[in-house]
Amino acid sequence: MELLCPAGSVPALKAAIEHGADAVYVGLKDETNARHFAGLNLDQLKLKEAADYVHRHGRKLHVAINTFAHPNSWQRWQEAVDSAVKAGADALILADMAVLGYAAERYPKVERHLSVQASATNAAAIEFYRQYGVSRVVLPRVLSLQQVRALARTCNIDLEVFAFGSLCIMAEGRCYLSSYFTGESPNTAGACSPAAFVRWDEHDGLLESRLNGVLIDRFAPDETAGYPTLCKGRFEVDGERYHVLEEPTSLNTLSLLPELYKEGIVSLKIEGRQRSPAYVAQLTKVWRQAIDTLLQDPAHFEVAANWQQVLAGLSEGSQTTLGAYHRAWK
Amino acid sequence: MKFSLGPIQYFWPKAQVQQFYRQAAESAIDIVYLGETVCSKRRELKLDDYLQLAHMLREAGKQVCLSTMTLLEAPSELRELRRYCENGDFLVEANDVGAIQMLQEQGITFVCGPAISCYNQHALRRLVGMGLQRWVLPVELSGQWLRDLLSQSCIQDIRDCFQTELLAFGHLPLAWSGRCFTARSENRSKDQCELCCIKYPAGRTVTSQDGKQVFVLNGIQTQSGERYNLINQLPQMHGLVDIVRLSPQHEGTFDWLAKFKANQHGAAPQPLPAGDCNGYWLQLAGMAAG
Repeated sequence: MELLCPAGSVPALKAAIEHGADAVYVGLKDETNARHFAGLNLDQLKLKEAADYVHRHGRKLHVAINTFAHPNSWQRWQEAVDSAVKAGADALILADMAVLGYAAERYPKVERHLSVQASATNAAAIEFYRQYGVSRVVLPRVLSLQQVRALARTCNIDLEVFAFGSLCIMAEGRCYLSSYFTGESPNTAGACSPAAFVRWDEHDGLLESRLNGVLIDRFAPDETAGYPTLCKGRFEVDGERYHVLEEPTSLNTLSLLPELYKEGIVSLKIEGRQRSPAYVAQLTKVWRQAIDTLLQDPAHFEVAANWQQVLAGLSEGSQTTLGAYHRAWK
Repeated sequence: MKFSLGPIQYFWPKAQVQQFYRQAAESAIDIVYLGETVCSKRRELKLDDYLQLAHMLREAGKQVCLSTMTLLEAPSELRELRRYCENGDFLVEANDVGAIQMLQEQGITFVCGPAISCYNQHALRRLVGMGLQRWVLPVELSGQWLRDLLSQSCIQDIRDCFQTELLAFGHLPLAWSGRCFTARSENRSKDQCELCCIKYPAGRTVTSQDGKQVFVLNGIQTQSGERYNLINQLPQMHGLVDIVRLSPQHEGTFDWLAKFKANQHGAAPQPLPAGDCNGYWLQLAGMAAG
């Protein structure tokens, strides 16, 4: 069972490797990946440096090229694939069928993983993407554990699941909420609720967060003010004010580890390429310990209190959830 | 330019659905999409009911297409999907690539619905190779994006192999989740939803704390708070958009169809009502009115 950690920079990548990641995933410094944030990601030179470092330590590098190509700049996505292969990537994480097709035809020997942004939630969809020779599918976070189990038992393909980090509650790759508010979406711009549209104001002692002018939430002085990701705001339905779509909380599947292991899930993905090297280091350390403990004696695995403590400290609003894996969440 | 009625997004009682399609049969609409695309628990109408409606509409001179589920998770949903795909008579709209897989296996041509991520000429060309005969654009794409895509050289030689369709009226489907937001709004879990969506024939409106309509909750689907309305952009669409889709609204759908038809060439522009938007087509934030 692989521990796959995020890195938005070479220092974060080194932190992940030093603390026990089996593989690290990164993106290029442009809109070809779903974490296209200012100051984040690697250029061609850094990508080469990252690949060399990872390989020196006997680990693997995955490169996410998982946004959808624009009509007038298709070459950028082609070049991203070329660059990743040239740098020595072990796997490409792809979503656009055009990019998948290009990679499959041009570099048939380089492993292709189906990005969560391709939104393959069922056996027929996974079958569809086999035509591009994908060897692994990253499952969307909308599935329950029961559904993950059914896929693991019926599809003869490696499965990767999200184990920890920000929780997308919508089927990834088909969510247009961000472009509805700002014009920029994960699919087209590699960003959700982009920072350039965020504004903080204080009114009558309350802190207000806005996204492109739309009020996402108001916080009293004793409340923790979170980033205004639009699906995690407090809105109103028939006069009742609450987190209409989702609370600010992080996904944490530590307690599901034995079950995921039993079903033969090949990889646990930690979300957070936008996070600091220190965050990546702490997370990686905990998950390394948890996986090692599990592998030593799967039947008697127990979640250690100090792991949960560290993870809660690294979570949005200090809260964690099993998300859709747990049916009651739905 | 032809006009279509998209699948009904909301959960309406059977009698209301039948009444709506009787009206459609008498209207000036050219193409009608039928079927449940949002939630497999909504079973007021079964496939056989839709097929009956399909025959009735076809006899009234409409082209009919069966539209399929968007977020497919359970094996039972795939079995139902297969029944739609193998109906043997009517064209099928795929809203998930799983449906394309089934249709392709059978060698059946299909409509690629708006929730399938086809964003560029190379993806479109591949889909045409699989049997796509009509492409409904993802809702977030602009007129300029469509123009850029269709002008690519690799599209030129296949342009007469497919039609383009654009969702141009109605609250926009923006996201699908494992969670049911209508059930949540009633403090119920999805498993105990008691099909409460049926109480909200236009969905549930969500406003920001300062009163702006931000979303409409429709079960597991989240829609735009504003209604999309491209009536005044129709004259720019000739040569780009072959079919203009109206999404059935709780009220006024056929009145708007008449207004849309009247303004195809710009003869009857309408002031954009408050609460309507047109941002996506104009390359702005979707909620904007340009």
